Amino acid sequence: MLLFSCPNCGPRNEGEFHYGGQAHVAYPTHPGDLSDREWAEYLFFRENTKGLFAERWVHSTGCRKWFNMVRDTVSYDIHAVYRMGEQPPTDLDPATTPANAPAQPLAPAQASNTSTSEGV
Amino acid sequence: MSTEQLPEHPEFLWRNPDPKKSYDAVIVGGGGHGLATAYFLAKNHGMTNIAILEKGWLAGGNMARNTTIIRSNYLWDESAAIYEHSLKLWEILPEELDYDFLFSQRGVMNLAHTLGDVRESMRRVGANQLNGVDAEWLDPKQVKELCPILNINDNIRYPVMGATYQPRAGIAKHDHVAWAFARKCDELGVDIIQNCEVTGFIKDGNRVTGVKTSRGTINTEKVGLCAAGHSSVLAEMAGFRLPIQSHPLQALVSELHEPVHPTVVMSNHVHVYVSQAHKGELVMGAGVDSYNGYGQRGSFHVIEEQMAAAVELFPIFARAHVLRTWGGIVDTTMDASPIVGLSPVENMYVNCGWGTGGFKGTPAAGLTFAHTIATGAPHTLNKPFSMERFETGALIDEHGAAAVAH
Ligand SMILES: Cc1cc2nc3c(=O)[nH]c(=O)nc-3n(C[C@H](O)[C@H](O)[C@H](O)COP(=O)(O)OP(=O)(O)OC[C@H]3O[C@@H](n4cnc5c(N)ncnc54)[C@H](O)[C@@H]3O)c2cc1C
Ligand SMILES: [Zn+2]
Repeated sequence: MLLFSCPNCGPRNEGEFHYGGQAHVAYPTHPGDLSDREWAEYLFFRENTKGLFAERWVHSTGCRKWFNMVRDTVSYDIHAVYRMGEQPPTDLDPATTPANAPAQPLAPAQASNTSTSEGV
Repeated sequence: MSTEQLPEHPEFLWRNPDPKKSYDAVIVGGGGHGLATAYFLAKNHGMTNIAILEKGWLAGGNMARNTTIIRSNYLWDESAAIYEHSLKLWEILPEELDYDFLFSQRGVMNLAHTLGDVRESMRRVGANQLNGVDAEWLDPKQVKELCPILNINDNIRYPVMGATYQPRAGIAKHDHVAWAFARKCDELGVDIIQNCEVTGFIKDGNRVTGVKTSRGTINTEKVGLCAAGHSSVLAEMAGFRLPIQSHPLQALVSELHEPVHPTVVMSNHVHVYVSQAHKGELVMGAGVDSYNGYGQRGSFHVIEEQMAAAVELFPIFARAHVLRTWGGIVDTTMDASPIVGLSPVENMYVNCGWGTGGFKGTPAAGLTFAHTIATGAPHTLNKPFSMERFETGALIDEHGAAAVAH
């Protein structure tokens, strides 16, 4: 089990949290203008980075707040934890900055991720 | 203690050739799907100047790591059609491939533990029957008759309220399946090239013309991706995105036991799947780890929860010892159905997203994907499983709808 540092509650075991998928996915600025293709991209396509990945978690059985985390999807090392609306820390080695880190501030992501622990 | 003798292998399985400069088609990934695709390309479409490129050893990915459950009792018409076709192929393949891979139609039960489960299960039995898939509803007493070691008391946390049952479902010896396909591929002239990692693609405009590998560049007219777990990594190299997320999924086996478990029992609700291997190990699977991951290992707490459920359902397992646990990387889609079809790159085709349940699909994946590669168009069975469905909204939402677990 992994040990996560909730920004509000401190270190707690992974079992207290739920996964929310890729971080920094902005809600479309002009939803009415989107083509079907663009809606598909927004709803169903997420980065699937092998390496450093910025993702969201919610502390379900604690403060129940969402936060962001940068985790290595190969080693599962946790490189950073930061609040919703914040950028990943800039002191991460630039060569290892997550591929999906936003170039500029984005509105907090709002799509609910459907990732579950169910088998297929 | 061995319960069944494994069959002898043929004297010769396959060659280990060096890659040629060019092929008519290259299949990336030497798991079951890649092997089955190459087999049907050669057998049904006469394409024999082809290669399978595998970065590790033959069928060492998910093919070597799955819990081997085969069934076709999916809810939606599109899924029932492709998985039932697959099951029909499983029934004839041992003879066709001339290899006994111990396909054992011992039946699969999917347990129901809540009233919601019961309704959903009965609905699926009805849908299966309408689609010509063998399916029955069993009450708890009938469940007990088929699998006497199951605890059907109603004072446990998740009491058994009944089960769906597919008598033609079962298990097969996965390694032997891979070797059976590999041997036939080799016989038909297909080059199986191990330790050959695809590291990039060569394109002429939007058309793929070759692959870069750890063993040099190979020119080819067509590329088929069968790289479960790493599909999106390869797609990114080719310049497009897939609606895929990779997750670790794990399984475990006990030491050998006398035959105690005559069928296959699955429970989606408590997330445990159990069968007994031919040699006698209890084989168990669980759910995926919630997060994206490329580590071929799973979280310990997932096993812990799965074992708690298993011991409640099968009290006699309490004294069994876990011998080994391992993990694979499965590529999942948002609607829990695979993607088999064209890609945004010309002459490049994708077979992926089978998630935690693609072993059973191996023959049909191979047959339909080979058709798509050879003709440049989908087969009727894989047409609904195109990537466009995420754009058109024609999703095949098996997530939670059917027995979506291995
Ligand atoms: C623990 C577990 C239990 C499962 N249980 C079941 C079950 O009971 N029933 C069921 O139906 N399904 C089950 N599955 C799912 C099933 O194993 C997969 O859906 C299926 O094996 C996927 O197709 P494949 O066999 O071709 O994949 P794989 O065997 O994973 O083949 C993909 C291959 O591509 C290779 N590759 C990747 N990248 C590259 C590259 N760049 N260059 C060259 N080669 C590359 C990999 O090394 C790998 O060998 C289970 C999976 C796991 C992990
Ligand atoms: Zn908290």
